Amino acid sequence: MNYNWNWGIFWDQTPDATGTYFASLMSGLQVTVLLALVAWIIAFVLGSIIGIMRTLPSRWPVMIGNAYIELFRNIPLLVQLFIWFFVVPELLPGEFGMWVKQLRNGPFIAAMLGLGFYMSSRVATQVTAGINALPKGQRMAGTAIGLTTWQTYRYILLPLAYRIIFPPLTSEFLNTIKNTAPALTIGVLELTAQARSMQEFSFQVFEAFTAAAGIYLVLSAVVTIGMRLIEKRLVIPGFNVGK
Amino acid sequence: MFSTFDFDVIWRSLPYLFYQGMVFTLTLTAIATFFGLILGTLIAMMRLSSNAVLSGIAASYVNLMRSLPLVLVIFLFYFLSPYIGQWIIGADQPVQVGAYTSTIITFTLFEAAYFAEIMRAGIQSVPRGQVMAGYAIGFNYREVMRFVVLPQAFRNMLPVIFTQTIVLFQDTSLVYVLSITDFLGAASKIAQRDGRLTEMYLFAAVVYFTISFTASFFVKRLQKRISIIR
Repeated sequence: MNYNWNWGIFWDQTPDATGTYFASLMSGLQVTVLLALVAWIIAFVLGSIIGIMRTLPSRWPVMIGNAYIELFRNIPLLVQLFIWFFVVPELLPGEFGMWVKQLRNGPFIAAMLGLGFYMSSRVATQVTAGINALPKGQRMAGTAIGLTTWQTYRYILLPLAYRIIFPPLTSEFLNTIKNTAPALTIGVLELTAQARSMQEFSFQVFEAFTAAAGIYLVLSAVVTIGMRLIEKRLVIPGFNVGK
Repeated sequence: MFSTFDFDVIWRSLPYLFYQGMVFTLTLTAIATFFGLILGTLIAMMRLSSNAVLSGIAASYVNLMRSLPLVLVIFLFYFLSPYIGQWIIGADQPVQVGAYTSTIITFTLFEAAYFAEIMRAGIQSVPRGQVMAGYAIGFNYREVMRFVVLPQAFRNMLPVIFTQTIVLFQDTSLVYVLSITDFLGAASKIAQRDGRLTEMYLFAAVVYFTISFTASFFVKRLQKRISIIR
């Protein structure tokens, strides 16, 4: 292979003279992590609401929850991002729409909403599965001691369900991190985007993408190890799902 | 809000969207599923083998692919494959591979990791007694896999394989980053040419939704039929 390796490239200045390539990758990492975190908060809150709705005894919340999940699960993430970024501001009424279009952080906000809603359908599936995995007696016991539906969820079902679904939620969080990459298409300068612009300016294809890949690997390893530590403390004794 | 909608732009571009765009999307989905499944099955068998080197290689491949974003892998292979091609055939210059070929390779290799995990679960779902019975009637490893384990594993995993294929179908939209004319690429080219972003992206969403929803409806039915037997 007649490829010119140059691992020192990371310490060179970028053409826009804002710092080294290493610094620009790090700023990309920062955006990736930040985007993943805010999207995760949205996904977790919405996913929990929808997931709980799907386990309620009445019919309408279940149907709305199911429709929500089907909607966000059957449209590719990229299309959803485009809709949040290009279409939603157009559909907003007059001045508010103009204001949204002029937002400086527009791409980031669109990516955050798009990714958040997209992941929320997956979180919702997990929350529903967690609640349904509990023995029926738990809910009945709640009713029997005179708790309202809200109280049954608050004090009995949810604390158990979240502990059960902690491992799958961890992997959904890892998916959220990976799914920040498509945000580069609407102009979010996250890690992959930075690696790509580094490749375009420096022509060091392998160095740029290997570095980005390495950073993703480290990131997911850190999250996995951190979550395992928490997971150990959260495991419900005597309730091993499938193991 | 629909008063300013120009539905005609969709109507006019239908042939382009479907004959150019959707055909590529479906071709890529089909090829990547077919070869990804074969490769994934081989990787799963490697991973479950008693040979520590083989299972180690398979495990690291699967974990590597599953920790990287698909977009990054698409870029990586796009820029990497000319050099790999050069290395394989020993040419002087990097080989011209092109965006289409490189995405097909990328999706096959990337999806193989996901299919490998599915097939590993499938193979493990076949009771050990089946394998032992196979050996007891004189099959060797290859025959046990071919006639006893894999047919059952595929059958057990069929709904999951189809679900993964639907995910793959949606993921093919990411080839957009290489400016390939898949369905979304075609829609977005028209959208930008005619300044009709709202109509085209909403239409793309409707089409993806319809196909994925219908497909997952049939997968759910299949799952019910299979689960009665087991």
